[in-house]
Amino acid sequence: MTSTRRRFLQQSSAATVLAGVPAWALLGATDALAQVTSTEGTLTAVMNPEPPVLVSFANTAGTSVTTSSKVLEGLLEYSHDLTPRPQLATSWTVSPDGLEYVFKLREGVRWHDGQAFTAADAAFSLQLAKRYHPRGTVTFAHLEAAEAVDAHTLRLKLARPAPYLLLALSAGETPILPSHRYTLDNALKNPLNAAPVGTGPFRFRQWERGSHIIYERNPDYWQPGKPAVATLVFRIVPDIAARLNGFQNKSLDIGESSPIPLSEVPNLGKYPHLATSTNGYQDNATMVILEFNLEREVFRKLEVRQAIAHALSREQVKRIAFYGYAIPSVSPVSAASFPRFHLDVQDPYPYSVETANRLLDAAGYPRKAGANRFDLTIHANPFNEGFKRTAHFIRSALARVGINVTVRELDPGSYTRTVYAERAFDFTVSGVSTMFDPTVGLQRVYYSKAFNPQVPWSNANRYQNPEVDRLLEAAAVEPDPAKRADFFKQFQAIVVREIPSIALVQVQSVTVYNKRVGGFDRTASGLRGNLADVHFTDV
Amino acid sequence: MSLSTSSAVVGRPPGRFLPAARRTLLQAVPTVLGILVLNFILLQLVPGDVVDVISGESGGASLQSMDEMRRQFGLVGSLGERLAAHLGHLLRFDLGISPRYNAPVTELILGRLPNTLFLVVSGLLLAIMAGVLIGAAMATWAGRLPDRLLSILNLLLYSTPGFWIGLMLILLFSVRLGWLPANGYATIGVELTGLDWLLDRLRHAVLPVVTLATFFIAVYGRLTRAAMLEIRQQDFVRTARAKGLAPARIVFRHVLRNALMPITTVAGLHFAALFGGAAVTETVFGWPGLGRLTLEAVMTRDFNLLLGILLLSSLLVVVVNMLVDLLQLWLDPRIQSR
Repeated sequence: MTSTRRRFLQQSSAATVLAGVPAWALLGATDALAQVTSTEGTLTAVMNPEPPVLVSFANTAGTSVTTSSKVLEGLLEYSHDLTPRPQLATSWTVSPDGLEYVFKLREGVRWHDGQAFTAADAAFSLQLAKRYHPRGTVTFAHLEAAEAVDAHTLRLKLARPAPYLLLALSAGETPILPSHRYTLDNALKNPLNAAPVGTGPFRFRQWERGSHIIYERNPDYWQPGKPAVATLVFRIVPDIAARLNGFQNKSLDIGESSPIPLSEVPNLGKYPHLATSTNGYQDNATMVILEFNLEREVFRKLEVRQAIAHALSREQVKRIAFYGYAIPSVSPVSAASFPRFHLDVQDPYPYSVETANRLLDAAGYPRKAGANRFDLTIHANPFNEGFKRTAHFIRSALARVGINVTVRELDPGSYTRTVYAERAFDFTVSGVSTMFDPTVGLQRVYYSKAFNPQVPWSNANRYQNPEVDRLLEAAAVEPDPAKRADFFKQFQAIVVREIPSIALVQVQSVTVYNKRVGGFDRTASGLRGNLADVHFTDV
Repeated sequence: MSLSTSSAVVGRPPGRFLPAARRTLLQAVPTVLGILVLNFILLQLVPGDVVDVISGESGGASLQSMDEMRRQFGLVGSLGERLAAHLGHLLRFDLGISPRYNAPVTELILGRLPNTLFLVVSGLLLAIMAGVLIGAAMATWAGRLPDRLLSILNLLLYSTPGFWIGLMLILLFSVRLGWLPANGYATIGVELTGLDWLLDRLRHAVLPVVTLATFFIAVYGRLTRAAMLEIRQQDFVRTARAKGLAPARIVFRHVLRNALMPITTVAGLHFAALFGGAAVTETVFGWPGLGRLTLEAVMTRDFNLLLGILLLSSLLVVVVNMLVDLLQLWLDPRIQSR
């Protein structure tokens, strides 16, 4: 009996291993009946994973940002070229030395609980962000005081200039919270983090964990007549095939950050009601970067890094790992998001297997009769399937130059511990969120003082270059945009040549939507914005 | 199993059920305590904690913000201190707060529990009913054509992965025919009451329940067949037949009833395993159950939540085992509780 029982248990647990989905199972899902027909005025968006909290001042997980910004607004929003536009702030001035910011705040705005929105709320929220936000200690590092001059004037005093500060005030990045409902010390445990009260176009109604979040139109919104949607539902659909089915049978209206398999995007043409967009991700460019552990003997040799660079073709990464939804980039600074800072440079190490082989021979790793030159392990960042595919692509690309690579895919907790805390990795395919500014998003990867094994997404390479440090430090506090761009370009010229890590491509996220939905991608944040402009159009 | 069969005792001594329940519950106390401590220590060996995961998914962090989170979530201090704090909370019936979801663990679990119980109980009941019927049919016609055909069906059900069956059912009934909803546990955004509410829930439950049941139908089918074939050889069956009882009565009253013993044992185990292990079905159908919550708790290192789920499932195992014991006492009067 015991052995039978054990066998049953083993078999039933083996049956719970989820494998891939047959491609034909995804196809051919035609004009099916929607189980949740989007009734007039209900916009159904899909997300995965479930957001841990619905307020993004401390946990800025992607889906938390998306849900937070519907209820909690920011001082500013941004156009596609990252130009600030008014949201809760109507106008702003920055002193010539870049040390004092004065924001005029919108009057007549009310919190969803009826209280008036004032400068005290904004001042409180910036202090909260400085203390709890994962990027708060960078973005607001030099923030000395945030004070309410009067009910609708906010003044920030900085110890040193922070030229990126005006870009950090979007709803998702720095939400403005109701100071009468929060305290600074106990903010992480506030129940409103799961039932937010804000000023935004949508009011929180219900969060059925594991299933959906419902918002309803805020009738007292400060932009009269907006939003033009009565109900907004975020459905949490964990299965990627189920999401594809949902778009096809019209039960889902919209989803951001590539909600369906990229391999299926070309087939969407068969569904005339569906369309895709890559707009609305400008404020968070994700660069795919191959990071070397420079503590490894083999990677200390520049020739080895150069050889690997020569062995990899960015075009192939784009095509194979991202199904075309990526932009090859030699520099880690995104050309699309930061055209002023981006250094347009020829790749010093163009794709050439022969050069790669020659460099490896010269570096002292000859290829012995059919054997590999050396073995490496590559860790794939688990937060995007594309990163994993890139790791597998690199494995096969490096096999051609005689380097045997083993791919390791870990879950998020193990990945951050292995790569950052234990530093038990050779090289890793990582995705760097360069955010809205290189100082905030990219500096940490190259800055020697950002090396800290206890902090994920820091300087994993352990790259140390005093000149790079100097340029990054200078750029971080340079108020003059032209000089700042110059610092960034000098920095890029160095890291493109020294390649402590190799920038490969910029990810192009895909928004899938029903053509009846409009007005969702009018800002640089796209669906992560407040969605005040979203509406249904007649198709 | 704490039960033994004794053929010497015939009849029904008074209070057979109560001592069995009491003894099982008493044994449960050290068991559950052991599970608690073992779980807690084992989870400390897993690389990474919830703050690592939150920092990872947030796309960045600073040492200060991470320290602040660890302090507020009670992740500082030695292993012993944290274990003592955890047990202290449990003594006050407080499962703590889930750091990642920022909500009480009890609330999170209770929110999912009805969905999971509904899915697992109806799935297993369906599996038992269908499995026993198939098994009885196979045993009755053992070696003949119906047995062969049903065996093939059984083998197919047994060897096909649940998620694939789920996807195929979705494709057929939801996408092609449009009869049943493919995702979720209820229609979102509409307030239904009474019969409409029930029908809506049932319509959403059909595909997940069937998907969950398929594998177990095969298990119970094989089990019933084997047990019935064995029992058919027993003397009391021959006696019954000699008495001139109708074949159907022999099959259902004499053979099947005795064959239910191994099935109830295995079903009890399955129920406990599925309580947090129906994650695949729940994922494919977007069913907000405990399996997905467990999976997320593991992946995000949300150990407060995970410990809560583990505690609840160990309690459930104890309760289900007890119920199975009592059920077997009722099924087979020869069994005596010791």
